[in-house]
Amino acid sequence: MVEILLDATVRAGTPILFATLGAILNERAGIINLGIEGLMLIGALAGFAGTFYSGSSLIGILAAFAVTFVVGSIHALITVQLRGNQIVSGLALTMFGIGVTALFGREMVGQTIGGLERLPIPGLSQLPIVGRAFFQQDLLIYTSFALVFLLWFFLYRTRTGLALRTVGENPAAADTCGISVSLYRFLAVTTGAGLVGIGGAYLSLAMTPMWIENMSAGRGWIAVALVIFSGWSSGKAMFGAYLFGGITAMQLRFQAIGTDISTHILQMLPYVFTILVLVVSTIRLQKGSSQQPQGLGLPYDREDRK
Amino acid sequence: MKLVIERRDTSSPLLRFGAPVVSIVIALFFAGALLLLAGVSPLEAYREILYEAVGSLYGLSETLVKATPLILSGLAVSLAFRMQIWNIGAEGQIYMGAMGATWVALFSGMENHWLLMVGMFSAAFICGGLWAGVAGLLRARWSVNEVIVTLMMNYIAILFINYLIYGPWRDPQGFNFPLTAQFAEAARFANFFDTRLHSGFLLALGCALILYLFMERTIWGYQIKVIGSNPQAARYAGMRTGASVFWVLFLSGAIAGIAGFSEVAGLQYRLQHGLSPGYGYTAIIIAWLARRSALGVVIVSLLMGILLVGGDSLQMLWQLPIAFVYAFQGLILFFLLGSDFFIQYRLKLVKGIHHG
Repeated sequence: MVEILLDATVRAGTPILFATLGAILNERAGIINLGIEGLMLIGALAGFAGTFYSGSSLIGILAAFAVTFVVGSIHALITVQLRGNQIVSGLALTMFGIGVTALFGREMVGQTIGGLERLPIPGLSQLPIVGRAFFQQDLLIYTSFALVFLLWFFLYRTRTGLALRTVGENPAAADTCGISVSLYRFLAVTTGAGLVGIGGAYLSLAMTPMWIENMSAGRGWIAVALVIFSGWSSGKAMFGAYLFGGITAMQLRFQAIGTDISTHILQMLPYVFTILVLVVSTIRLQKGSSQQPQGLGLPYDREDRK
Repeated sequence: MKLVIERRDTSSPLLRFGAPVVSIVIALFFAGALLLLAGVSPLEAYREILYEAVGSLYGLSETLVKATPLILSGLAVSLAFRMQIWNIGAEGQIYMGAMGATWVALFSGMENHWLLMVGMFSAAFICGGLWAGVAGLLRARWSVNEVIVTLMMNYIAILFINYLIYGPWRDPQGFNFPLTAQFAEAARFANFFDTRLHSGFLLALGCALILYLFMERTIWGYQIKVIGSNPQAARYAGMRTGASVFWVLFLSGAIAGIAGFSEVAGLQYRLQHGLSPGYGYTAIIIAWLARRSALGVVIVSLLMGILLVGGDSLQMLWQLPIAFVYAFQGLILFFLLGSDFFIQYRLKLVKGIHHG
């Protein structure tokens, strides 16, 4: 019972985890991205279509990354090069994603694919309780474990990561040191978008191996809230994503065993919880136990440098 | 030779008005490319949109019908914009307003037309206002990001409406369909000229006028503008910014709630699925395009009304998903944001300067 619930938790949390890591990469460079929801949908459709036409889920995953990388460059172009309003550009990206996937997803509705298979790790997968949830999973879940570590390593243990954080904290200082603010920001936004796309692909390749219009159902927005919860760190993002995975798993469990509570009320849980989490983490933010990048949300113009 | 970006000292009025127009034209072009990729001829599609939406008196009336909730929710979002607050939750507030109005229409026991109208209006106003007020309270008290809160409240509102229409409010005579009973005649708006156009349109225009007067002629409107443009100065002047945040979001939600009232009393006569096919999201682009002006909201809403009526007919003719309209709106916003750059800056070719 606990094993199954934990397994469902990890699986439901993984798309949100990828999306949150992508959003953290964006915001670490100082760019807010409210287009996560739209990017997830684009990733879900690209991943599904890629797998459907090629017969290989690996190609599907790469397609999801590549397509969202390219679409993410719209947001990057507008917010970095053209210094446009980041909030409006992100919202536009979400609208664009919902619309485009509805348009091009028509042919994929009702199609089926194999889905990602589980790859048990010999020995570890037999561990009690955690074996099934963490060592009998698919390729993308193992990738997400690695990514949590890699993002931390990149941000805190490499020169490029330090440069990226400087660009997010104090672009003028970064510029003075000869770091190209626009290049770093552009690549952070597009690469982050690519990660969000893989999160979307997880929805259509593993969680429910099919394409459904608007299948992200607000997970992108949950990821945006989780970035604040995580204090812009990848380890806490993992914890937060699994917290939401756990709520989803419990909600499905409740529905399966049948309770007197209406399913509509149960489905509200993740959204209500998002608000609660946001309130708690905002209060913590104000107490100073975590800090957002100082240059977040502000376009950088060399002429404004003091 | 080198391309440099230079800030403009002034921007000409021609540029200010021309840029949005050019953006929309370019967006039309790109949306056409998307249509082409999806196997629909863009020229035929655009002709169809125009023909359906403005090609006949009936088409025009349908455009006004669609514009009605757009004007109201556009005003709602734009009011919050004036204070630099993002109300992304008009969609949910429309649903909650509709819920309040439906409760009065079906369960209050009132039978007099005008009593019902006042009752439904007030219930919608309060329900929409309180729904947005949650985000207002959190923002005012703890600076919680209102974008995420208002958005999450959309999902919660729509699930709550589903709970009602699948559960306690389901019409016993409705063959188990998820909808409430129909409103009595006394709880409905009057229609004009044998079309679906209803008094809600006049209500929307009235709200636009009142909001204009509120913003331009009252001390509260002045305070909202000052807080929006310079919160520090406002605090020095002794304005209570926290309370204002709450009340502006409350009022914003209340206006979106009226849109819900207008939809159930003027068009649907019951609470059901798809009451709003995303009016609350379209409202965001309307408010952004209208640039702080109530008149602008009305004009842009009419344009978006054309797009929505056209979108409906594309759905029927070519089975295009109605969500395609979102892709188009997203494109308009992209190009509009891009054009802002060219209003503020100019690109210049400079000779002989290296490492600029």
